[in-house]
Amino acid sequence: MIDLLLEPLGFEFMRNALTMGVLLGVLCAVVGSYMIVQQMGMMGDMISHSVMAGLPISVYLGLPLSVGALAAGVLSAIALSGIESQSRLKMDSVMALILASFLAIGTMLVTILPGANRIDLIHVLFGNILGVNIADLRLTFSITVLILVAVFSFYKELLFYTFDPVGAQAGGMPVRWYYLGMVTAISLTVVANLQTVGVLLVIAMLVAPGMTAYLLVNELHHMMLLGTLFGALSGIMGMYLSYYLNVPSGAAIVLVSFSLFLVTFLLSPTQGLLTQSGMTQQLTQQLRRIWR
Amino acid sequence: MLQVQGLSVSYRDVLALQNINCEVAPGELVGIVGPNGAGKSTMVKAMLGLVNSAAGSIQFCGLPLSRQLLQVAYVPQRSQIDWDYPITVWHVAMMARTVHAGLFRRPSRQSRELVQAALERVGMYELRDRRIGELSGGQQQRVFIARALAKQANLLIFDEPFTGVDRKTEDIIFDVFHELKAQAKTLLVINHDLGETLNHYDRIMLLNKQVIAVGPKEVVMTAQNLQAAYGDALKFAAA
Repeated sequence: MIDLLLEPLGFEFMRNALTMGVLLGVLCAVVGSYMIVQQMGMMGDMISHSVMAGLPISVYLGLPLSVGALAAGVLSAIALSGIESQSRLKMDSVMALILASFLAIGTMLVTILPGANRIDLIHVLFGNILGVNIADLRLTFSITVLILVAVFSFYKELLFYTFDPVGAQAGGMPVRWYYLGMVTAISLTVVANLQTVGVLLVIAMLVAPGMTAYLLVNELHHMMLLGTLFGALSGIMGMYLSYYLNVPSGAAIVLVSFSLFLVTFLLSPTQGLLTQSGMTQQLTQQLRRIWR
Repeated sequence: MLQVQGLSVSYRDVLALQNINCEVAPGELVGIVGPNGAGKSTMVKAMLGLVNSAAGSIQFCGLPLSRQLLQVAYVPQRSQIDWDYPITVWHVAMMARTVHAGLFRRPSRQSRELVQAALERVGMYELRDRRIGELSGGQQQRVFIARALAKQANLLIFDEPFTGVDRKTEDIIFDVFHELKAQAKTLLVINHDLGETLNHYDRIMLLNKQVIAVGPKEVVMTAQNLQAAYGDALKFAAA
């Protein structure tokens, strides 16, 4: 058993990937918890796709990919807020339009801007955690520390803002800055995830650990702490599964994350589908009705 | 003294409020009534800078209200809150002290004592560790009343505080209102109900896009004024 655990650690790429998995587990759980309580899950999806627009521009200007990705992510959220507040359109339809448009801009610029066609779109869409190097780890570590310090410093303000944004604004809090801080944090988290799971699966990394913890606890900081544990555990278990079953690492991490959610959804002591009184009976009756 | 002068609000060229003027003195409890869509919530939101006003000024104690929001406690409508949010009663009430504490600081002992006293006043201190979503509608509203009390504000604004609450909570809320009046606080309450609860207010403001009438209940709630504010809707409701 010990050999099974130790063997992959003999490879540097696995050590890097596991470290990255744990770091992202922590980062995604904290940022994702805010997204869940603010019902901003789909905004995470929009931002993760929108970062694509910034990648070719980064290459063209000779900047690190993360700079363009961050700028495009934040810009998409500002565009969302601007359009939604200045029209009768609802948030979900505006998000759908921005997501597709920024993705289209990215795809088009890859072919138009000189040098941008060296961006590997498959790599960006699906990630490659096994290709993680020390520079990637440093970037993710820095983003994680930055966001943890920010959350620790502004915890009570963010709690107020995310629970009752109207009350927070009425109390004189600069809610626009908190919105900007929140979307910047989501964009930074997406940037950190680009290498690992890619833009298509990052949304699962962001919401799954927090959602699982949400079903077990009563307070936001407990949700973040427990989510961190689930996130890190998903990273480690996903990497081992990927190593031994020879399956894609990003997908393995996401599916472990989803499995943890599914088990909790069924068995959570307070909110589990099968643990609530009478729920099993109701479920059986419904299944019988469908069967007939 | 709260002074609202010439307040107008429009949403994308549709006039929501027109030329609102009113004054509310310290120690006064004013109820705002009017039909759905009359602009009651819009009026208080415009006063607090939550929606942009097209014209007008709002002054409190001689200064623009927007510059002294620490003096204001606002209780939003129930529908604006996500009751499934993972937060306990204690932390909801403690939000009253967030701005006072300042950035990077934990709430002081004085803040904790104020929050405790406020929760005790509305009978919710024993339930301080419960998740807000586990409480009844009336209990939830009492927690928000406690949050308003703990802010130690001089102007208190309540947006439909009696919606979905039980009789006990209604009595507690009116008792709290009368205590705050005695402390010379200024109170504005949006009230959906046109029944007996209106007897508690010093003055009523009847609103429908503009001020139809302001004054004691007997003066404001006349058939003529109600017809002007509600039109035929009130006849159907009465029938």
